[in-house]
Amino acid sequence: MAKSLLLISRQAPWSGPGAREALDIVLAGGAFDLPIGLLFLDDGVFQLLAGQNARTVQQKDLSANLQALPMFGVEDLFVCADSAEERGVATDALALGEIKVLSAAHIAQLIDRYDQVITL
Amino acid sequence: MKFAIALFSAAHAPSSRRALLFAQAALAGGHEIVRLFFYQDGVYNASSSVVTPQDEQDLPRQWRTFVSDHQLDGVVCIAAALRRGALNDEEAQRYQRSAASVEAPWALSGLGQLHDAIQDADRLICFGGA
Repeated sequence: MAKSLLLISRQAPWSGPGAREALDIVLAGGAFDLPIGLLFLDDGVFQLLAGQNARTVQQKDLSANLQALPMFGVEDLFVCADSAEERGVATDALALGEIKVLSAAHIAQLIDRYDQVITL
Repeated sequence: MKFAIALFSAAHAPSSRRALLFAQAALAGGHEIVRLFFYQDGVYNASSSVVTPQDEQDLPRQWRTFVSDHQLDGVVCIAAALRRGALNDEEAQRYQRSAASVEAPWALSGLGQLHDAIQDADRLICFGGA
């Protein structure tokens, strides 16, 4: 059986290529049909804000990549409730509809479920 | 044990030094390294263009020697490398750039090589992530 991978994405979308590159690992894993999960933690929750206007900072929008996740078979999507609350990000109107909101206490259990973890 | 090692930090970062020390210790302990995968700023560790002052540690050179001596599979993510100006001859020609800085023993390849290594290894060890 294929080993499962949890990608923990901790960087804000416009702080450099980090967030995009983290997402690329997930999309590549999805393309290979691997069991893969994605958790948005800490500043990573900013990637989920709806209605971002990337062009004003001369960047390309991440939302197309986010929307591609289900098409690549990546359905295990999680966001840390505590990270979102600390940053004033409402979890009821995120850019990704099908995302599970987890409290920090449940994240340890989530990490435990996966064979391998990458934090970026 | 079979290790896959992923490195995400630049050559001057302490985590890149720790990654090399870990890799050396893994082999010394009789373990196997199925692949080294350099991603994000980790691609700079594979650059032969890095010039380190004589009295400082030259980590890209040490990586190169380590990978060559042990004939390891050293893969640099091609997309991350292109974005950071770390090209091999083939890519320098393709994009008409004057300098190539990634040479053997390093190979430029895609993220599939990371997933492949993860599947093959017992443990994935990451250095220099956020």
